[in-house]
Amino acid sequence: MITNNVGIVNEMCIYDVAIIGGGVIGCNIARYLSKYNLKICLIEKESDVACRTSSANSGIVHAGYDAVPGTLKAKFNVRGNEMMDEISHDLDVPFKRIGSLVIAFDEKDMEILKELYERGISNGVPDMQILDGNQVREKEPAVNSKVIGALYAPTAGIICPYELTIGAAEIAVQNGVELMLDSEVVAIKVVHIDVKNIENTSGSVDGINIGKVYEIELKGSQTKIYSRYIVNAAGVYSDKIAAMVGDTSFTVTPRKGEYLLMDKNQGKIVNSVIFQTPSQMGKGILVSPTVDGNLLLGPTAKNIEDKEDISTDRTGLSQVIQGALRSVPDVDLSKVITSFSGLRAVSSTGDFIIGESKAARGFINVAGIESPGLTAAPAIAEYVAQLLEKAGLILVLKDNYMKVRKPFKRFRNLQENELRELIKKNPLYGNIICRCEKVSAAEIVEAIRRPAGARTLDGVKRRTRAGMGRCQGGFCTPRIMHILSQELGIPMEKVTKSGGDSWMILNR
Amino acid sequence: MESIGFVEFWKVIDMREAGLIKNIDLIGDADFIEEADPIKEDFIEEDLVKGADFADFIKETDLIVIGGGPAGLAAAIEARERGVEDIIIIERDQELGGILQQCIHTGFGLKIFKEELTGPEYAGRFIKQLEEKNIQYMLNTMVIDITREKVVTAVNPSEGLLKLKAKAIILAMGCRERTRGALNIPGTRPAGVYTAGTAQRLINIEGYMPGKNVVILGSGDIGLIMARRLTLEGAQVKMVCELMPYPGGLKRNIVQCLEDFNIPLKLSHTVVNIHGNKRLEGVTIARVDENRKPIPGTEEYVECDTLLLSVGLIPENELSSEAGVEIDPLTGGPVVNDSMETSIRGIFACGNVVHVHDLVDNVTEESRIAGRGAAEYILAGLHERKGGLARNQEGLKYIGVTHEKEIQEKGKEIQKNEIKENEIKEGETQENAVWVRPGKGIRYVVPQKILPGHLLNPVDGYSKNEIKLLFRVNNIYSNVRISLMAEGKTVHSVKRLKVAPGEMESMSITKRLMEKIMAEFEHTDTDEERNLNKEKGKKEVILQLEEISI
Repeated sequence: MITNNVGIVNEMCIYDVAIIGGGVIGCNIARYLSKYNLKICLIEKESDVACRTSSANSGIVHAGYDAVPGTLKAKFNVRGNEMMDEISHDLDVPFKRIGSLVIAFDEKDMEILKELYERGISNGVPDMQILDGNQVREKEPAVNSKVIGALYAPTAGIICPYELTIGAAEIAVQNGVELMLDSEVVAIKVVHIDVKNIENTSGSVDGINIGKVYEIELKGSQTKIYSRYIVNAAGVYSDKIAAMVGDTSFTVTPRKGEYLLMDKNQGKIVNSVIFQTPSQMGKGILVSPTVDGNLLLGPTAKNIEDKEDISTDRTGLSQVIQGALRSVPDVDLSKVITSFSGLRAVSSTGDFIIGESKAARGFINVAGIESPGLTAAPAIAEYVAQLLEKAGLILVLKDNYMKVRKPFKRFRNLQENELRELIKKNPLYGNIICRCEKVSAAEIVEAIRRPAGARTLDGVKRRTRAGMGRCQGGFCTPRIMHILSQELGIPMEKVTKSGGDSWMILNR
Repeated sequence: MESIGFVEFWKVIDMREAGLIKNIDLIGDADFIEEADPIKEDFIEEDLVKGADFADFIKETDLIVIGGGPAGLAAAIEARERGVEDIIIIERDQELGGILQQCIHTGFGLKIFKEELTGPEYAGRFIKQLEEKNIQYMLNTMVIDITREKVVTAVNPSEGLLKLKAKAIILAMGCRERTRGALNIPGTRPAGVYTAGTAQRLINIEGYMPGKNVVILGSGDIGLIMARRLTLEGAQVKMVCELMPYPGGLKRNIVQCLEDFNIPLKLSHTVVNIHGNKRLEGVTIARVDENRKPIPGTEEYVECDTLLLSVGLIPENELSSEAGVEIDPLTGGPVVNDSMETSIRGIFACGNVVHVHDLVDNVTEESRIAGRGAAEYILAGLHERKGGLARNQEGLKYIGVTHEKEIQEKGKEIQKNEIKENEIKEGETQENAVWVRPGKGIRYVVPQKILPGHLLNPVDGYSKNEIKLLFRVNNIYSNVRISLMAEGKTVHSVKRLKVAPGEMESMSITKRLMEKIMAEFEHTDTDEERNLNKEKGKKEVILQLEEISI
């Protein structure tokens, strides 16, 4: 790490906290910190939040019996689960506590269930039950008739993972966090700056980092970002980011999980999340309804090298199918809508790595957040704030903090009389753009205009579900491209699927 | 012609920008739009339907046609010609004509108009007729619900949420394209993977090129047409891959769209991987074996920026299913009788929502049958009758059913008895229907059900001269005999030199043939066999194919 004096920098340009990574962890930390009087930026290399792991996972709010007692995973899973009702309400994110079943096919599996049950007890998971085969089938008639028992955890639930991320980003931005998209961090160094210019927003001069701030360099940009604290929430890249400040104490391996998403007509085949008994590589293939009413099958678990590789392959997809059919033999495989994969950020320590780096003061690692990271996200955010305070950041609550996200009125969720009123006020609610998911033009316009709004087709899709239905955007894609072009003031040729070079049109 | 009014999306934006609409917040919680006039005076408040929200505004009409594509247009015109007064077509797009509007190539109308028209020209002829006949339509209006009681809920920007009640409904929603997800093609998920129809819309309607170096998967007709279109627009179409050992589209399209442009057609090939993180960079193709599984070692990387999928069409029946219309798993469309009536009385269906057609001319013919069926249903007052099938072997004048008004006039006791009687009659009528089943070598047949009375007992000029069975074979065959079997006996057969799944076949059932079929059923009406049939509960004929040596 190079330290040099860059002289006087405009005070306005110095952030109190720079959060690297706009996934569910980074966004929830940003949301949590935005209630304090702090100058915060959230740096994301993609053109939207929730682009990677946070948009491609199982969407499960775990009960908390998987993690080994005493680990950070155990601690934050149970705490995160408790917090989820309130946060999902505040962020207007669909969340359903539908319970989970870990099913057992033989006595060996039953032994593992008992182990999980014990872990759950130690971790403080409430209301678990071990069911016998008949009780399982009573609850879930579609599970394999060979199942002899299951661990039932009623506090488990399903949530929309990207909505949890987007909702948090929206609250953060609304409360003053600067969201920097298309911003890939390529270097971080510590620089000296004239003391007078680093007064923090509360007016006092910071005790620890006087004269020293982090200088963050972004790919393809001359402008540097200066920040007194850094939160490294860069997912599979968090080891690379840590290495930029000389912290090589851990590595993060991407572990790919492939999924199949089924049509809504399959969504009611099970009522709860059906897991198989876990192995070394994870919790096995699950079968679960999604909050939107589809059925999700997956994930596989395969360690890979390439941190960008989110391709699916035939082997992986057939593993998903075999695994799912083992749990629920009647899944109709002709009803696949799409397949996708996501990368878990698996740390070399086996647990979440959350704490101030030993190599760099004021640099907080939030790394290796694999499952149950989604569940843990709100709890981790709370904890990171404590860590920052411990590291010297002064946290003063804002007077005007907006805690609750403005509800997103969605055509498909509204009653007829509500719709009638709404269309009177805003005719665009009467203009259905995505017919499979019944998404109106008003919702698409709103998705673009909201804080931390959509800038790409995928961004619109994640915020509204337009293009997520059975026709996968066949009908609505050109129409959404028009709205994006109009709302963003860009020509059609500049509309992208997911930012960067993902152009939808190559020439006129 | 009277359009029931619409506000097109961009018009709203433009009006807002031009200051024409004040106080409008496009995000959603604005106060009021001064110009909005969502509920017209002719919407009468009435509790028409059991179970419906009595506060709902319901507009009443004779016939609602859902979809203003070729099927809906032809059906509506036919119904008007046969005397239906009050017809409304509901179209979700901003113009009538459906997908024809983006099919700017020629080849439409050879059968119906005896000339070669473009898609918009073909649609234009029907739209002109529609306007001459003063048939109402609503644009930019999306149907979101249909009920068994024939209440249609729809939405549009200007009138908001609409409830319409009809005596009969014709489903003409067409179909959608199969997607990458349905095929489960592995790989990355970059931009540049389009269904052929979406690409067609982008090029022909919007005026944009989706890409320059193109691979097309699937030799369906839209894919073939797009191969030519893209080539003419300056793109390089590298190849068309087809999973099956035979092409999916019409022979004439293979010749005119691929061979004439030297575009290779790779049969028994598929795409096994998709590459590129942001924009498509290439695909891996491979040869497949007779079980359609990729053969290891035959993989080949093909550089391209665009992959078009033309891998099949799926009838769009979410609305139909939700209303309770029975769907034939073989076609993906409603089970229909020879009047194109679905399993729900008074709900008819035609065009690609029933089964996917190769030629729009066939859609038109089929839709006229549906339009006629709906007209007969409405004009005979069948919508007001309690109980089941009103049209049976005896024809339209089915005395078993009781008019609703008659029931009201009589006492409650009689009412009960009559309804009970009606239920029995319905059962009998259903039994009289003859089911048509696909046998060996046949993928599907439409209609699935024929009512012999339509041919044998003509009433009041509603007679039919023939009932056309439309069907597809399940493979490529040469020298075949296609036979219609009743009770194990061949009642009719035709020879064909060559048949392929890509070309729809047909067979006519004339009055004479129907008599022959019915004679077979009567012939087997010994007590024992009748019991057997009773167990099956249905009379059925089977259409099958056998290869013959020359």
